[in-house]
Amino acid sequence: MNVELKHQAIAGTTESSDIQIMIEPNTNEGIEIQLDSSVQFQFGKQIKLVIMDTLEKLDITQAYVKATDQGALDCTVKARTLTAAFRAADIDQDYDWQVID
Amino acid sequence: MKRLRTTMMFLPGMNAAMLRDAGIYGADALMFDLEDAVSMKEKDAARFLVHEALRTIDYGQAETVVRINELDTFGRQDILAMVDAGVEVIRLPKTETAQDIIDVDQAISAAEDRLGKKQGQTHMMAAIESAEGIFNARDIAKASDRLIGIALGAEDYVTNLQTRRYPDGQELAFGRSMILHAARAAGVDAIDTVYSDIENEAGFREEVQRIKALGFNGKSVVNPRQIPIVKEIFAPTQKEIYQASRVIKGIQEAEANNSGVISVDGKMVDKPIVERAQRVMQLAEASGLIKNGGQN
Repeated sequence: MNVELKHQAIAGTTESSDIQIMIEPNTNEGIEIQLDSSVQFQFGKQIKLVIMDTLEKLDITQAYVKATDQGALDCTVKARTLTAAFRAADIDQDYDWQVID
Repeated sequence: MKRLRTTMMFLPGMNAAMLRDAGIYGADALMFDLEDAVSMKEKDAARFLVHEALRTIDYGQAETVVRINELDTFGRQDILAMVDAGVEVIRLPKTETAQDIIDVDQAISAAEDRLGKKQGQTHMMAAIESAEGIFNARDIAKASDRLIGIALGAEDYVTNLQTRRYPDGQELAFGRSMILHAARAAGVDAIDTVYSDIENEAGFREEVQRIKALGFNGKSVVNPRQIPIVKEIFAPTQKEIYQASRVIKGIQEAEANNSGVISVDGKMVDKPIVERAQRVMQLAEASGLIKNGGQN
Protein backbone atom coordinates (compact mmCIF):
# COMPACT_ATOMS: atom_id res chain seq x y z
CA MET A 1 0.00 0.00 0.00
CA ASN A 2 1.67 3.20 -1.13
CA VAL A 3 0.45 6.29 0.68
CA GLU A 4 2.03 9.49 -0.55
CA LEU A 5 1.86 12.43 1.85
CA LYS A 6 0.82 15.56 -0.03
CA HIS A 7 0.28 18.12 2.71
CA GLN A 8 0.00 18.56 6.46
CA ALA A 9 -2.90 16.89 8.25
CA ILE A 10 -4.05 16.47 11.84
CA ALA A 11 -6.09 13.80 13.61
CA GLY A 12 -7.12 13.13 17.20
CA THR A 13 -7.73 15.40 20.15
CA THR A 14 -5.93 16.63 23.25
CA GLU A 15 -8.54 15.05 25.54
CA SER A 16 -7.59 12.50 28.17
CA SER A 17 -6.70 9.03 26.77
CA ASP A 18 -6.33 10.45 23.26
CA ILE A 19 -3.40 11.55 21.12
CA GLN A 20 -3.22 14.27 18.50
CA ILE A 21 -1.08 13.43 15.49
CA MET A 22 0.13 16.08 13.06
CA ILE A 23 1.89 14.67 10.02
CA GLU A 24 3.49 16.35 7.02
CA PRO A 25 5.86 15.47 4.18
CA ASN A 26 9.53 15.65 5.16
CA THR A 27 12.34 16.65 2.85
CA ASN A 28 14.81 14.81 5.09
CA GLU A 29 15.26 11.04 4.83
CA GLY A 30 13.37 8.91 7.32
CA ILE A 31 10.63 9.57 9.82
CA GLU A 32 11.09 12.24 12.48
CA ILE A 33 8.81 12.11 15.49
CA GLN A 34 8.48 14.88 18.05
CA LEU A 35 6.54 13.50 21.01
CA ASP A 36 5.03 15.45 23.86
CA SER A 37 3.45 13.01 26.31
CA SER A 38 2.23 13.02 29.88
CA VAL A 39 3.67 9.50 30.12
CA GLN A 40 6.84 10.23 28.13
CA PHE A 41 9.33 8.57 30.51
CA GLN A 42 7.47 5.27 30.80
CA PHE A 43 5.82 4.93 27.39
CA GLY A 44 7.57 7.37 25.06
CA LYS A 45 9.52 4.66 23.21
CA GLN A 46 6.42 2.50 22.81
CA ILE A 47 4.31 5.37 21.41
CA LYS A 48 7.01 6.20 18.85
CA LEU A 49 7.29 2.52 17.92
CA VAL A 50 3.54 2.29 17.23
CA ILE A 51 3.67 5.44 15.06
CA MET A 52 6.67 4.08 13.13
CA ASP A 53 5.10 0.63 12.62
CA THR A 54 1.85 2.17 11.41
CA LEU A 55 3.59 4.42 8.88
CA GLU A 56 5.73 1.50 7.67
CA LYS A 57 2.59 -0.50 6.88
CA LEU A 58 1.55 2.35 4.59
CA ASP A 59 5.01 2.44 2.96
CA ILE A 60 5.61 5.94 4.29
CA THR A 61 9.36 6.41 4.67
CA GLN A 62 9.67 10.18 4.85
CA ALA A 63 7.52 12.17 7.25
CA TYR A 64 7.59 14.66 10.10
CA VAL A 65 5.23 13.76 12.93
CA LYS A 66 4.32 15.88 15.94
CA ALA A 67 2.42 13.87 18.53
CA THR A 68 0.71 15.30 21.61
CA ASP A 69 -0.25 12.40 23.85
CA GLN A 70 -2.63 12.36 26.80
CA GLY A 71 -2.19 8.73 27.82
CA ALA A 72 -3.57 7.03 24.70
CA LEU A 73 -3.66 3.25 24.32
CA ASP A 74 -1.60 1.76 21.48
CA CYS A 75 -4.78 1.16 19.47
CA THR A 76 -5.66 4.84 19.75
CA VAL A 77 -2.15 5.87 18.68
CA LYS A 78 -2.47 3.61 15.65
CA ALA A 79 -5.96 4.86 14.76
CA ARG A 80 -4.97 8.51 14.96
CA THR A 81 -1.78 7.91 12.96
CA LEU A 82 -3.75 6.14 10.21
CA THR A 83 -6.33 8.92 10.08
CA ALA A 84 -3.70 11.67 9.86
CA ALA A 85 -1.67 9.82 7.20
CA PHE A 86 -4.68 9.11 4.96
CA ARG A 87 -5.88 12.70 5.35
CA ALA A 88 -2.43 13.97 4.38
CA ALA A 89 -2.55 11.72 1.30
CA ASP A 90 -6.10 12.81 0.34
CA ILE A 91 -7.33 9.20 0.59
CA ASP A 92 -10.82 8.96 2.04
CA GLN A 93 -12.07 5.59 0.79
CA ASP A 94 -11.04 2.14 -0.51
CA TYR A 95 -8.65 1.51 2.36
CA ASP A 96 -6.84 -1.82 2.25
CA TRP A 97 -7.95 -3.15 5.63
CA GLN A 98 -5.83 -6.28 5.41
CA VAL A 99 -2.70 -4.13 5.11
CA ILE A 100 -3.88 -1.83 7.88
CA ASP A 101 -4.37 -4.83 10.21
CA MET B 1 -28.35 -20.08 25.60
CA LYS B 2 -30.04 -17.00 24.17
CA ARG B 3 -28.05 -13.82 24.60
CA LEU B 4 -29.38 -11.18 26.99
CA ARG B 5 -29.65 -7.59 25.85
CA THR B 6 -31.06 -5.91 28.93
CA THR B 7 -28.71 -2.95 28.63
CA MET B 8 -27.18 -1.56 25.44
CA MET B 9 -24.81 1.33 26.16
CA PHE B 10 -24.29 4.04 23.51
CA LEU B 11 -20.70 5.20 23.04
CA PRO B 12 -19.63 8.05 20.76
CA GLY B 13 -17.19 6.53 18.27
CA MET B 14 -14.84 9.50 18.49
CA ASN B 15 -14.25 9.36 22.25
CA ALA B 16 -11.03 7.45 23.03
CA ALA B 17 -11.52 7.47 26.81
CA MET B 18 -15.04 6.06 26.63
CA LEU B 19 -13.98 3.36 24.18
CA ARG B 20 -11.17 2.38 26.56
CA ASP B 21 -13.45 2.10 29.62
CA ALA B 22 -16.62 0.81 27.97
CA GLY B 23 -16.22 -2.77 29.14
CA ILE B 24 -16.08 -2.09 32.87
CA TYR B 25 -19.68 -1.05 33.50
CA GLY B 26 -21.37 -4.39 32.94
CA ALA B 27 -23.54 -3.50 29.94
CA ASP B 28 -24.83 -6.53 28.03
CA ALA B 29 -24.10 -4.79 24.73
CA LEU B 30 -21.87 -1.87 23.72
CA MET B 31 -23.08 0.24 20.81
CA PHE B 32 -20.29 2.24 19.21
CA ASP B 33 -21.81 5.11 17.29
CA LEU B 34 -20.39 6.21 13.95
CA GLU B 35 -23.56 8.09 13.00
CA ASP B 36 -25.24 10.94 14.90
CA ALA B 37 -22.58 11.21 17.63
CA VAL B 38 -19.81 11.87 15.07
CA SER B 39 -19.49 15.09 13.05
CA MET B 40 -19.17 14.85 9.27
CA LYS B 41 -15.51 15.83 9.28
CA GLU B 42 -14.58 13.17 11.87
CA LYS B 43 -16.27 10.16 10.24
CA ASP B 44 -12.94 8.73 9.10
CA ALA B 45 -11.30 9.26 12.51
CA ALA B 46 -14.15 7.57 14.39
CA ARG B 47 -14.17 4.64 11.95
CA PHE B 48 -10.43 4.01 12.47
CA LEU B 49 -10.73 4.45 16.24
CA VAL B 50 -13.61 1.99 16.63
CA HIS B 51 -11.92 -0.43 14.22
CA GLU B 52 -8.72 -0.47 16.28
CA ALA B 53 -10.60 -0.60 19.59
CA LEU B 54 -12.63 -3.63 18.48
CA ARG B 55 -9.49 -5.42 17.34
CA THR B 56 -7.55 -4.66 20.50
CA ILE B 57 -9.64 -4.09 23.62
CA ASP B 58 -11.18 -7.03 25.47
CA TYR B 59 -14.81 -6.10 26.11
CA GLY B 60 -15.44 -9.36 27.95
CA GLN B 61 -18.91 -10.82 27.63
CA ALA B 62 -20.40 -7.63 26.17
CA GLU B 63 -21.82 -7.92 22.67
CA THR B 64 -20.24 -5.41 20.31
CA VAL B 65 -22.59 -3.38 18.12
CA VAL B 66 -21.71 -0.56 15.73
CA ARG B 67 -24.25 1.97 14.49
CA ILE B 68 -23.19 2.74 10.95
CA ASN B 69 -24.06 5.67 8.74
CA GLU B 70 -26.65 5.30 6.02
CA LEU B 71 -25.48 3.37 2.95
CA ASP B 72 -25.66 6.39 0.66
CA THR B 73 -23.27 8.36 2.89
CA PHE B 74 -20.47 6.54 4.76
CA GLY B 75 -22.31 3.28 5.48
CA ARG B 76 -20.49 1.03 2.99
CA GLN B 77 -17.08 2.11 4.29
CA ASP B 78 -18.29 1.62 7.87
CA ILE B 79 -19.45 -1.92 7.06
CA LEU B 80 -16.16 -2.92 5.46
CA ALA B 81 -14.14 -1.60 8.40
CA MET B 82 -16.37 -3.12 11.07
CA VAL B 83 -16.63 -6.54 9.42
CA ASP B 84 -12.83 -6.50 9.16
CA ALA B 85 -12.63 -5.70 12.88
CA GLY B 86 -14.94 -8.61 13.70
CA VAL B 87 -17.88 -6.64 15.10
CA GLU B 88 -20.75 -8.87 16.20
CA VAL B 89 -23.67 -6.67 15.16
CA ILE B 90 -24.11 -3.90 12.59
CA ARG B 91 -26.92 -1.53 13.54
CA LEU B 92 -28.68 0.29 10.74
CA PRO B 93 -30.18 3.68 11.62
CA LYS B 94 -33.42 5.15 10.28
CA THR B 95 -34.71 1.90 8.79
CA GLU B 96 -37.88 2.50 6.81
CA THR B 97 -38.39 -0.59 4.65
CA ALA B 98 -37.39 -4.23 4.37
CA GLN B 99 -35.31 -3.22 1.34
CA ASP B 100 -33.08 -1.11 3.63
CA ILE B 101 -32.25 -4.28 5.55
CA ILE B 102 -31.72 -6.33 2.39
CA ASP B 103 -29.32 -3.68 1.04
CA VAL B 104 -27.23 -3.69 4.22
CA ASP B 105 -27.35 -7.50 4.38
CA GLN B 106 -25.90 -7.62 0.85
CA ALA B 107 -23.21 -5.07 1.70
CA ILE B 108 -22.23 -7.15 4.75
CA SER B 109 -22.15 -10.33 2.64
CA ALA B 110 -19.89 -8.62 0.12
CA ALA B 111 -17.59 -7.42 2.93
CA GLU B 112 -17.43 -10.89 4.51
CA ASP B 113 -16.53 -12.38 1.12
CA ARG B 114 -13.91 -9.77 0.35
CA LEU B 115 -12.27 -10.05 3.76
CA GLY B 116 -12.37 -13.85 3.93
CA LYS B 117 -14.76 -13.90 6.89
CA LYS B 118 -17.31 -16.61 7.54
CA GLN B 119 -20.50 -15.83 5.64
CA GLY B 120 -23.26 -14.84 8.09
CA GLN B 121 -21.01 -14.23 11.10
CA THR B 122 -22.02 -10.56 11.30
CA HIS B 123 -25.47 -9.96 12.75
CA MET B 124 -27.71 -6.96 12.24
CA MET B 125 -30.01 -4.72 14.24
CA ALA B 126 -32.44 -2.19 12.83
CA ALA B 127 -33.36 1.09 14.44
CA ILE B 128 -36.81 2.31 13.45
CA GLU B 129 -37.22 6.05 13.76
CA SER B 130 -40.19 7.15 11.63
CA ALA B 131 -43.89 6.52 11.06
CA GLU B 132 -43.04 4.79 7.76
CA GLY B 133 -40.62 2.50 9.56
CA ILE B 134 -43.14 1.70 12.29
CA PHE B 135 -45.76 0.67 9.75
CA ASN B 136 -43.18 -1.56 8.03
CA ALA B 137 -41.77 -2.94 11.29
CA ARG B 138 -43.00 -6.50 10.72
CA ASP B 139 -41.44 -6.74 7.24
CA ILE B 140 -38.25 -5.10 8.51
CA ALA B 141 -37.95 -7.58 11.39
CA LYS B 142 -38.31 -10.53 8.99
CA ALA B 143 -36.08 -9.18 6.20
CA SER B 144 -32.81 -10.94 7.05
CA ASP B 145 -31.57 -14.00 8.91
CA ARG B 146 -28.81 -11.79 10.26
CA LEU B 147 -31.29 -9.70 12.23
CA ILE B 148 -31.17 -10.23 16.01
CA GLY B 149 -33.27 -7.28 17.10
CA ILE B 150 -35.13 -4.11 16.28
CA ALA B 151 -35.02 -0.93 18.30
CA LEU B 152 -37.05 2.21 18.63
CA GLY B 153 -35.16 5.45 18.02
CA ALA B 154 -37.51 7.84 19.77
CA GLU B 155 -35.95 11.25 19.19
CA ASP B 156 -36.24 11.14 15.39
CA TYR B 157 -39.55 9.29 15.69
CA VAL B 158 -41.31 11.97 17.78
CA THR B 159 -39.91 14.66 15.50
CA ASN B 160 -41.40 12.79 12.55
CA LEU B 161 -44.73 12.57 14.42
CA GLN B 162 -44.59 16.35 14.99
CA THR B 163 -44.55 16.00 18.75
CA ARG B 164 -41.90 15.69 21.47
CA ARG B 165 -41.20 13.29 24.31
CA TYR B 166 -43.46 13.54 27.35
CA PRO B 167 -42.89 12.05 30.82
CA ASP B 168 -45.69 9.50 30.52
CA GLY B 169 -44.45 8.21 27.13
CA GLN B 170 -47.96 8.26 25.64
CA GLU B 171 -46.59 9.58 22.33
CA LEU B 172 -44.49 6.39 22.00
CA ALA B 173 -47.23 3.91 22.95
CA PHE B 174 -48.18 2.93 19.41
CA GLY B 175 -44.61 2.79 18.13
CA ARG B 176 -43.44 0.69 21.07
CA SER B 177 -46.32 -1.76 20.63
CA MET B 178 -45.62 -2.08 16.93
CA ILE B 179 -41.90 -2.68 17.52
CA LEU B 180 -42.61 -5.26 20.18
CA HIS B 181 -45.17 -7.17 18.13
CA ALA B 182 -42.98 -7.09 15.02
CA ALA B 183 -40.03 -8.40 17.03
CA ARG B 184 -42.04 -11.20 18.57
CA ALA B 185 -43.57 -12.16 15.22
CA ALA B 186 -40.07 -12.43 13.77
CA GLY B 187 -38.48 -14.06 16.81
CA VAL B 188 -35.98 -11.26 17.42
CA ASP B 189 -35.31 -8.93 20.36
CA ALA B 190 -37.03 -5.61 20.99
CA ILE B 191 -34.81 -2.89 22.45
CA ASP B 192 -36.26 0.36 23.75
CA THR B 193 -34.98 3.84 23.06
CA VAL B 194 -32.64 5.98 25.16
CA TYR B 195 -33.71 8.17 28.08
CA SER B 196 -31.57 11.26 27.73
CA ASP B 197 -32.38 13.12 30.98
CA ILE B 198 -29.58 11.51 32.96
CA GLU B 199 -30.28 13.49 36.14
CA ASN B 200 -33.92 12.36 36.31
CA GLU B 201 -33.54 8.94 37.93
CA ALA B 202 -37.20 8.69 38.97
CA GLY B 203 -38.36 9.34 35.41
CA PHE B 204 -35.87 6.80 34.07
CA ARG B 205 -37.07 4.15 36.53
CA GLU B 206 -40.69 4.71 35.52
CA GLU B 207 -39.82 4.35 31.85
CA VAL B 208 -37.81 1.15 32.39
CA GLN B 209 -40.65 -0.35 34.44
CA ARG B 210 -43.09 0.56 31.66
CA ILE B 211 -41.06 -1.05 28.86
CA LYS B 212 -40.33 -4.13 30.95
CA ALA B 213 -44.08 -4.57 31.52
CA LEU B 214 -44.69 -4.24 27.77
CA GLY B 215 -42.26 -7.08 27.13
CA PHE B 216 -39.13 -5.35 25.79
CA ASN B 217 -35.86 -7.27 26.10
CA GLY B 218 -33.92 -4.24 27.23
CA LYS B 219 -33.17 -0.57 27.19
CA SER B 220 -30.61 1.59 25.43
CA VAL B 221 -28.58 3.61 27.93
CA VAL B 222 -26.49 6.73 27.43
CA ASN B 223 -24.69 6.80 30.76
CA PRO B 224 -23.12 4.03 32.88
CA ARG B 225 -25.19 5.23 35.87
CA GLN B 226 -28.31 3.97 34.11
CA ILE B 227 -27.04 0.38 33.83
CA PRO B 228 -27.56 -0.81 37.43
CA ILE B 229 -31.05 0.72 37.46
CA VAL B 230 -32.11 -1.25 34.36
CA LYS B 231 -30.53 -4.43 35.74
CA GLU B 232 -32.29 -3.96 39.09
CA ILE B 233 -35.69 -3.48 37.45
CA PHE B 234 -35.24 -6.38 35.04
CA ALA B 235 -33.86 -8.65 37.79
CA PRO B 236 -36.35 -11.31 38.89
CA THR B 237 -37.52 -11.57 42.52
CA GLN B 238 -36.32 -14.36 44.83
CA LYS B 239 -39.77 -15.95 44.56
CA GLU B 240 -39.61 -15.90 40.75
CA ILE B 241 -36.13 -17.44 40.81
CA TYR B 242 -37.24 -20.16 43.23
CA GLN B 243 -40.25 -21.09 41.09
CA ALA B 244 -38.22 -20.99 37.88
CA SER B 245 -35.48 -23.17 39.36
CA ARG B 246 -38.10 -25.77 40.35
CA VAL B 247 -39.46 -25.78 36.80
CA ILE B 248 -35.96 -26.21 35.32
CA LYS B 249 -35.15 -28.97 37.80
CA GLY B 250 -38.47 -30.67 37.02
CA ILE B 251 -37.73 -30.57 33.30
CA GLN B 252 -34.21 -31.97 33.81
CA GLU B 253 -35.57 -34.84 35.89
CA ALA B 254 -38.30 -35.53 33.33
CA GLU B 255 -35.70 -35.65 30.56
CA ALA B 256 -33.52 -37.99 32.59
CA ASN B 257 -36.51 -40.29 33.11
CA ASN B 258 -37.71 -39.96 29.50
CA SER B 259 -40.96 -38.57 30.82
CA GLY B 260 -42.78 -36.20 28.46
CA VAL B 261 -45.05 -34.39 30.90
CA ILE B 262 -44.13 -32.93 34.26
CA SER B 263 -45.87 -31.05 37.01
CA VAL B 264 -44.42 -28.75 39.65
CA ASP B 265 -46.32 -28.02 42.85
CA GLY B 266 -49.34 -29.75 41.36
CA LYS B 267 -49.41 -27.62 38.19
CA MET B 268 -48.66 -28.98 34.75
CA VAL B 269 -45.55 -27.43 33.19
CA ASP B 270 -45.77 -26.79 29.47
CA LYS B 271 -43.50 -25.10 26.92
CA PRO B 272 -44.40 -21.44 27.62
CA ILE B 273 -43.80 -21.97 31.33
CA VAL B 274 -40.41 -23.56 30.63
CA GLU B 275 -39.44 -20.67 28.34
CA ARG B 276 -40.43 -18.11 30.96
CA ALA B 277 -38.50 -20.04 33.61
CA GLN B 278 -35.38 -20.13 31.40
CA ARG B 279 -35.61 -16.37 30.87
CA VAL B 280 -36.00 -15.77 34.62
CA MET B 281 -32.87 -17.85 35.30
CA GLN B 282 -30.95 -16.03 32.57
CA LEU B 283 -31.94 -12.65 34.00
CA ALA B 284 -31.09 -13.83 37.50
CA GLU B 285 -27.63 -14.90 36.38
CA ALA B 286 -27.07 -11.69 34.44
CA SER B 287 -28.12 -9.72 37.49
CA GLY B 288 -25.62 -11.59 39.67
CA LEU B 289 -28.35 -13.20 41.78
CA ILE B 290 -27.28 -16.75 40.90
CA LYS B 291 -24.23 -18.39 39.33
CA ASN B 292 -23.87 -21.18 36.74
CA GLY B 293 -27.58 -21.16 35.91
CA GLY B 294 -28.45 -21.85 39.54
CA GLN B 295 -26.61 -25.20 39.53
CA ASN B 296 -24.66 -24.36 42.70
